[in-house]
Amino acid sequence: MYKHLIGKQSEKVENQVERGAVAAFARSIGDPHPLYVDKEYGKYSKYQNNIAPPTFPRTFSYGTIPGLHLPVAGLIHGEQTFEYKRPLLIGEEIYCHSKVENYREKRAASGHLGFLTLINIGEDMRENNIFTSKVVLVLTEQAREGEDYYDSNHRA
Amino acid sequence: MTAITELNVNECISSVTLSPVSRLDLIKYAGASGDFNPIHTIDEEAEKAGLPGIIAHGMWTMGNISKLFTPYMEQGFIQSFSTRFTGMVFLDDVLTLTAELADKKEEKLIFTVKAVKQDETTAAKGTVIFNLY
Repeated sequence: MYKHLIGKQSEKVENQVERGAVAAFARSIGDPHPLYVDKEYGKYSKYQNNIAPPTFPRTFSYGTIPGLHLPVAGLIHGEQTFEYKRPLLIGEEIYCHSKVENYREKRAASGHLGFLTLINIGEDMRENNIFTSKVVLVLTEQAREGEDYYDSNHRA
Repeated sequence: MTAITELNVNECISSVTLSPVSRLDLIKYAGASGDFNPIHTIDEEAEKAGLPGIIAHGMWTMGNISKLFTPYMEQGFIQSFSTRFTGMVFLDDVLTLTAELADKKEEKLIFTVKAVKQDETTAAKGTVIFNLY
């Protein structure tokens, strides 16, 4: 049902690695380490700044992939990967976009399942890749038959 | 705290057992992450989606796993972090997070990471490649 979208991508969206957002995120995963949340500590750290936890790109916007609508119900987050060139630094601008990498269907005991693979990319202002994340979403029968959809400005 | 550079293959960095998962944990994560899918916070919505109750965000579990490495983040960084979400995490589940050194290749430390529930089932399993500076 998403096969025709393979290769489709969103326009780049500017995101900031915002200090308050990083602190709230670090606390929400029970990890308020001073390297993430204490400005003075960051200044004298290896990075001469604070950094963001590795799963922080979950909070970024990746733009809208034309034609991609994700169902509200029956969507399972199956797999997640992050590949980094370096950690994200507080205050920097990251330009993010997303593309449909793959879609395939499989018959399982629980019915027909769809596997949608999305790639999310974060670059600096010079278009150097900083991170790439891969998301595999599993769509159950319920998802495939559902009537309510999110727009594709998904986050992951 | 064991120095991460002194670990031998099959040894673990300090594991963490989390407090039982609470609704407030998931509400906080929803707010901080921007993932407001109601199956993570509202019982009726979870039931409508065919679940016995609300479930933790997979990314909440993954975020928690990453904190095993936070104390070492000035000695290196997480170059690669991949996880498969193999079991659902419900309210009051107790997760134990572990990272075992599986292999060493020069500056790369390859860990097998896991989040295991109180009933010994695995909620998430994956790999971290920690790149030493």
